[in-house]
Amino acid sequence: MKPIITLDNVGKQYKIRSAGATYETFRDVLTEWTIGRLRRQRQRKLSHETFWALSQVNLHVTPGEVLGIIGRNGAGKSTLLKLISRITEPTTGRIELYGRVGSLLEVGTGFHPELTGRENVYLSGAILGMTRTEINRKFDEIVSFSEIERFIDVPVKWYSSGMYVRLAFSVAAHVEPEILILDEVLSVGDASFQMKCFNKLEAIRKDGRTILFVSHNMQSVLRLCKRVIYLSEGTVVADGQPSEVASQYVTSRLRSSAEQTWDDIDNAPGDEVARLRAVRVRAEDGTITDVIDVRQPVTVEMEYQILAGGDSLAPNMHFFNEDGVYLFVTGDRSTQRKEIGWYTSTVRVPGNFLAEGTISVNVALSSPLAIRINEPNVVTFQVIDTLEGDSARGDYTGPMPGVIRPLLNWNTTFTPANAKPVCALEDVTV
Amino acid sequence: MTTTQPVRPAIADLPSDPLVVIEAGKTWNVINVLDIWRHRELLYFLIWRDLKIRYKQAVFGIAWVVLQPLALTATFTIFLGKLARVPSTGAPYALFVLSALVIWGFFSGALMTSSSSLTSNAHLLTKVYFPRVIIPLAAIGARLLDFLISFVILVVLVGFYRVPVTRTVLLLPLPIIAALLLLAGCGLLLSAINVKYRDVGVAIPVLIQLWMFLSPVIYPANLVPPQWRTLYALNPLVGIIESFRACILGQAWNPTELAISFGISLVLVLISIFVFRRMEVGFADNV
Repeated sequence: MKPIITLDNVGKQYKIRSAGATYETFRDVLTEWTIGRLRRQRQRKLSHETFWALSQVNLHVTPGEVLGIIGRNGAGKSTLLKLISRITEPTTGRIELYGRVGSLLEVGTGFHPELTGRENVYLSGAILGMTRTEINRKFDEIVSFSEIERFIDVPVKWYSSGMYVRLAFSVAAHVEPEILILDEVLSVGDASFQMKCFNKLEAIRKDGRTILFVSHNMQSVLRLCKRVIYLSEGTVVADGQPSEVASQYVTSRLRSSAEQTWDDIDNAPGDEVARLRAVRVRAEDGTITDVIDVRQPVTVEMEYQILAGGDSLAPNMHFFNEDGVYLFVTGDRSTQRKEIGWYTSTVRVPGNFLAEGTISVNVALSSPLAIRINEPNVVTFQVIDTLEGDSARGDYTGPMPGVIRPLLNWNTTFTPANAKPVCALEDVTV
Repeated sequence: MTTTQPVRPAIADLPSDPLVVIEAGKTWNVINVLDIWRHRELLYFLIWRDLKIRYKQAVFGIAWVVLQPLALTATFTIFLGKLARVPSTGAPYALFVLSALVIWGFFSGALMTSSSSLTSNAHLLTKVYFPRVIIPLAAIGARLLDFLISFVILVVLVGFYRVPVTRTVLLLPLPIIAALLLLAGCGLLLSAINVKYRDVGVAIPVLIQLWMFLSPVIYPANLVPPQWRTLYALNPLVGIIESFRACILGQAWNPTELAISFGISLVLVLISIFVFRRMEVGFADNV
């Protein structure tokens, strides 16, 4: 099919400004120019270092495609979206767009706190590319989607952040361009509103519109997209099926937030009795990784040094999700006296237990009398579901609430209509 | 597994030519007029936003617009008209100075807000596309209401002094159009430069102050010796203010000077469009 977006050898170069000098000043340019005239040999004192945020990107997107863009911070994801949205212009190459572009790079673009909700719907709508008649036509729909009918004539500065975000997203969701560009906007609002946003995007997708979608949240990318590109250091390193690209991304993300070591004992967490030296997250095969398949077990390992022996110290770990919900605590129950030396303690969390999301781990070493090590947020990892159908999700691709995701066995019995029903037994295995 | 729904394209037939082509290094194309026309409603909404916010505190907002020219007129009339006896081409000094202050106040106010408009709307520049010229133009447009209000005060004062209204009033649109052109030129130029060189913004209030004294606001242009008069008229505001005032007071004025103003303003508009387009490329990266 003929593409709706084509990128041909597109690159974007940025200047790196030296720290401190945030903006060029006219004075600098003048003095530089004068000095340059006086001493011919000094050409440009403030020669800038440059880097390529994006280089040699070739991309064809066909109408109706939902393209996910993944990559680490600084990989060029946002730059790519900004180029296609025409916010900034490329340094090299050519971009062709065969449809209107609506970009949603933040929630609440153009909102003004002094204006009322109603006024902001019009302002933001116009900024996002809607005409006045279009806004008039969709106004009621926008307001009812946002669920803030009662407060629509109140200045948005009095809104709670949830109300603000709901109204802002609602405006944006009702812009109907042929190409919709989204950057991290699904991570707003509470769970039920997120569900609503997700369903809205599904509807937009089914309408045949093209969506480009950046998110740090692997779950939403996998759920929404039919094709994913993976950017690294400004180039496309993988392009294809979401689950395949995601697994490439996973293997390349070894050792990022999944490992922390303290080489200098004086800076290591702890006290005169014990010091923490390393914490690592390992996948089933032993590799250090911060992305774990929801079906696979994960092992967290802590390495510590005992400097003064004799205490009965138990290593323990505390798991939290991205909302700060305390998932569980686990400790080594076989408390023994610890002699001077190095120790490595590991705990294995089974597969099909943690829900999708970002998990952060606190590690501690304590006895009933004293806490020797207590280090919050040492390592984090992502639990992802590649949607292959054999996780607890099954074939369901929508948002799934809950802080754990056990794979439980179900049993349904059937009795013909006029017979007496028999209770189904539930058989649980974790 | 994600179930595959049949995808029905929103646009049955894609246009054979791209709607938009973005090509690196094509900074020489002029501002796309069609694109601005398509976004005309945004211009309207941005003006509307500026007015809404400025007049939100309604009492203070309008009072300020009314009081400022009146206070200035009173001060200038007392110190310059009565004490320093600055000539006022036969008209009462208060009327003489207010008629200039009305157009000067509009010009300086609009120049101030438009030159800083891009930097103060940075959050829009980095998040959404639209023709960037709309921002400085909207800043100028939002000042038109101030102009209208102060113009009403002027009309009241004209009535108070029983100055006969002559047919020259019909020529009033000419200096106003010239002022708008000059504003567009200066506004585009300064707002664009201000994005890149932040120290320019600090200099603008000082320059505006200087410009006022270089223009016939508090004194008549004929105070300038005849041999300097042509050089003086190269300041485009000379023709604009003189003719605006003459139209109000029903006096004769020099059409050559206004023609010079038009000429300079037009050249400035062309230069500013060129510079703006050249610098526009870097707005989102610099702002």
